[in-house]
Amino acid sequence: MSARQPLPNWVTIVLMPALNVLLAFIIGGLAVAIIGENPLTAMWALFYGAFGTGMGWGFTLHYATNFIFTGLAVAIVFKAGMFNIGGEGQAYVAGLGAIMVALWLDQTHWVFVLFGSTIAAMMMGSLWAIIPAWLQAKRGSHIVITTIMFNFIASAFMSYMLAQVITAPGANAETRTIAEQGRLPLLSDWFDAFQYSPLNITFFFGIAALIFTYVLIWRTKLGYKIRTLGANPEAARYAGISAVYVIIISMAIAGAMAGLMAVNEAVGVQKRLVVGYVHGFGFVGIAVAFMGRSHPVGIALAALLFGALYQGGQELAFELPAVPSDLVVVIQALVILFTGAMGEMFRPLLERIFARRVNPAPEAPTTAETEA
Amino acid sequence: MVEHQTTNAQQPSQAAGSEFAIDLKRVSKAFGPVQANKDIDLAVKRNSIHGIVGENGAGKSTLMSILYGFYTADSGEIWVNGQLVKIKDSSHALELGIGMVHQHFMLVENFTVLENIILGAEGEYLLASSMAKAREELTRLATDYGLNVDPDALIEDLSVGQEQRVEILKALYRGADVLILDEPTGVLTPTEADQLFRILEQLRDEGKTIILITHKLREIMAVTDTVSVMRQGEMVGTLATKDTSPEQLAELMVGRRVLLRVDKTPAEPKDVVLDVKGLSVTDDIGVPRVKDVSFNVRAGEIVGIAGVAGNGQSDLLRAISGMEAPLLGEIRVNGELVRFHGDDSASDARKMGVAHVPEDRLKMGLVTAFEEWENSILGYHESEKYGTGMFLSPKMAIAEAEKRIEMFDIRPRNPRLKTANFSGGNQQKIVLAREMDRDLDVLIVGQPTRGVDIGAIEFIHKHIIELRDKGIAVLLVSVELDEIRALSDRVLVMFDGEIVTELSPDASEREFGLSMAGVDPKEGA
Repeated sequence: MSARQPLPNWVTIVLMPALNVLLAFIIGGLAVAIIGENPLTAMWALFYGAFGTGMGWGFTLHYATNFIFTGLAVAIVFKAGMFNIGGEGQAYVAGLGAIMVALWLDQTHWVFVLFGSTIAAMMMGSLWAIIPAWLQAKRGSHIVITTIMFNFIASAFMSYMLAQVITAPGANAETRTIAEQGRLPLLSDWFDAFQYSPLNITFFFGIAALIFTYVLIWRTKLGYKIRTLGANPEAARYAGISAVYVIIISMAIAGAMAGLMAVNEAVGVQKRLVVGYVHGFGFVGIAVAFMGRSHPVGIALAALLFGALYQGGQELAFELPAVPSDLVVVIQALVILFTGAMGEMFRPLLERIFARRVNPAPEAPTTAETEA
Repeated sequence: MVEHQTTNAQQPSQAAGSEFAIDLKRVSKAFGPVQANKDIDLAVKRNSIHGIVGENGAGKSTLMSILYGFYTADSGEIWVNGQLVKIKDSSHALELGIGMVHQHFMLVENFTVLENIILGAEGEYLLASSMAKAREELTRLATDYGLNVDPDALIEDLSVGQEQRVEILKALYRGADVLILDEPTGVLTPTEADQLFRILEQLRDEGKTIILITHKLREIMAVTDTVSVMRQGEMVGTLATKDTSPEQLAELMVGRRVLLRVDKTPAEPKDVVLDVKGLSVTDDIGVPRVKDVSFNVRAGEIVGIAGVAGNGQSDLLRAISGMEAPLLGEIRVNGELVRFHGDDSASDARKMGVAHVPEDRLKMGLVTAFEEWENSILGYHESEKYGTGMFLSPKMAIAEAEKRIEMFDIRPRNPRLKTANFSGGNQQKIVLAREMDRDLDVLIVGQPTRGVDIGAIEFIHKHIIELRDKGIAVLLVSVELDEIRALSDRVLVMFDGEIVTELSPDASEREFGLSMAGVDPKEGA
């Protein structure tokens, strides 16, 4: 019954995640020390790899763009009070739509490829998300279970499509490559600094998606409905807000967001669709949304962090061969663990530190209510 | 007061111990800058029933939580039976003989009475022996204090009054000498409440000490020996009950004179606005909750629905407001049928002029995580007044919220403050302002003053009567009989999903009591 002390915003938004990341690096550093390398050298290699060069920045931002899309896919649905664990599958199936339209239009101009594949990716992602949403809204099947299952279905379905249906002649489970004139422009075409990085025009879609989400959630009536349902379903019913409608529409938007990853990764960089192209980005999106507290600004920062971890991690494995690439995955996993699953670990400590200094609610509300 | 000043100097003697079961001295507790308890002195005589009254947020619950070990006081002394103690937690409080009966029962529904009573005090590894011991003890307690409950009955089969007895038995079984009861009559019929008071008196006569927290002055007058009044974290007075009056207590609680009666002129009802015919409603699992109910409400009258909580009133409100589909029957507003077509039907009822102040503002009427202005548009959020087309304009909504804050005197006057940080009374005003400040034909109100302090009750009642006088049809559901009788022009009594009778608000308390228990007073006499 200890009353939960409210913490100042900057503590929950900045300090707590920073402490979590720090702790993850300390433990990761210990692991590096155990295998006989200098943790500081390793961390520097990681940092420099991510932010030291224009190319590093390019890779980091490219990965971050993927995380923005998959993070938003989790966050929007989380605002409606549900977990969308299906970003992985939604992005995967969206790849089918994106690549088919891209391959269809790739003899024209990249502008058509960009917009055509974007629309197709968003539609396919939406479609894949709407099915579990409908099952939840109308049949009460728990969306966490169904979205997880739909990841597996997506995986099997896409393997079949890539191996049997849209396979490039002579290739093994992948489509043909997008023709030269249909390829999306890289940012390095305009800014030399990005060198050989895959950062492409979809990056701006990522920024737009963040702004779109902010406006959607806080500046539209639909966003109001989403937040009401998420915070208090009974109040939503009282207010005449249809839970069925909100669940389906928020999942549709989330699926479209996850789908955008296909444009960035498959159309923009790989220029074809290969088996398992999503490569866990959908799952990491969950950690990104958590760490970003489902707020577009937070998600932007969390996506940047994870982008840096991905890019820096690869540089680290390259620079210090004694550090196995598996260890890099361990460090990434530690960050996910401490920021996502154990994100509230420091709260009691911080509450004790800040409790005396901040002004809590004028009347501890729990106390007031029990007196009713 | 003089006696226990002297005990400080002496060795805590047996004589001093027998005078006061509980003696709090200058107890203070602050939550941040909010002083919940300021230098509280409270001496509870052994073998007495001691009432504590005060408005919401006056600090009653905080004080009891300190005594029960939930909170630790910042300063001050706690003397139990003449011993200076530091209560660490609730199990320590129990060791000292202090037991608490919570407002919301903490019982396992599908366990028997006996299993619930030994829960947390199972004793040994094997249940059988402690069960046998408990059964014996239970029989003794039942005969000593008139607390009769079948030890083998499942909790879910018991009435609310019986469940409460189980809670009391639980505390006694654990050896409580001092029983704290927090708002014990909120869920009881008048008859059950009377039975509870008889039990409390018997407990006192058998040597127990009772602390009764309540906001119902009538109960204080009926059962306590001494009463302490708290206001804004301070103890403003301790009086012998026989020397005081409800008016005096109310004045002490609020700090000014309060009208306990509602002033209203006779109603001038006009055309039927709300017409309910043959309505039946079942709950989620198909249990019938409302059974073939018909009634109407005319423009300019207040129809009250009296009844003990859980007799179908909530389901009736949900059906009329469009939140739940009726099984049978029809609801008409101004002759137009209210249709249920999906989970957003409540918005259709609103468009037809039905405003709904729900029974439970925290569960239904508000989103506590929202800022005040966001709750000020809940249910009306689609209106063009709060943004063009699909967009929501906080600026426009805040402007209107500010206007309502002024009109309804909502404090603090900050539409950007999180709703959870408003007091209960002010939260209720947010809901009332939202539902009343618009074009409406029917107002359905559930428990308008639940958990609301006396000052705000007066204000809310005045507003409801004002709406009636403007020609609005008001349907009022409340478990507070006093409130129903003070506000209503006609009263329907609900029992087990049916409207058993219609009474005049001036009918006797006995008539109300009988019909609320399902007995027709005309026959049952």
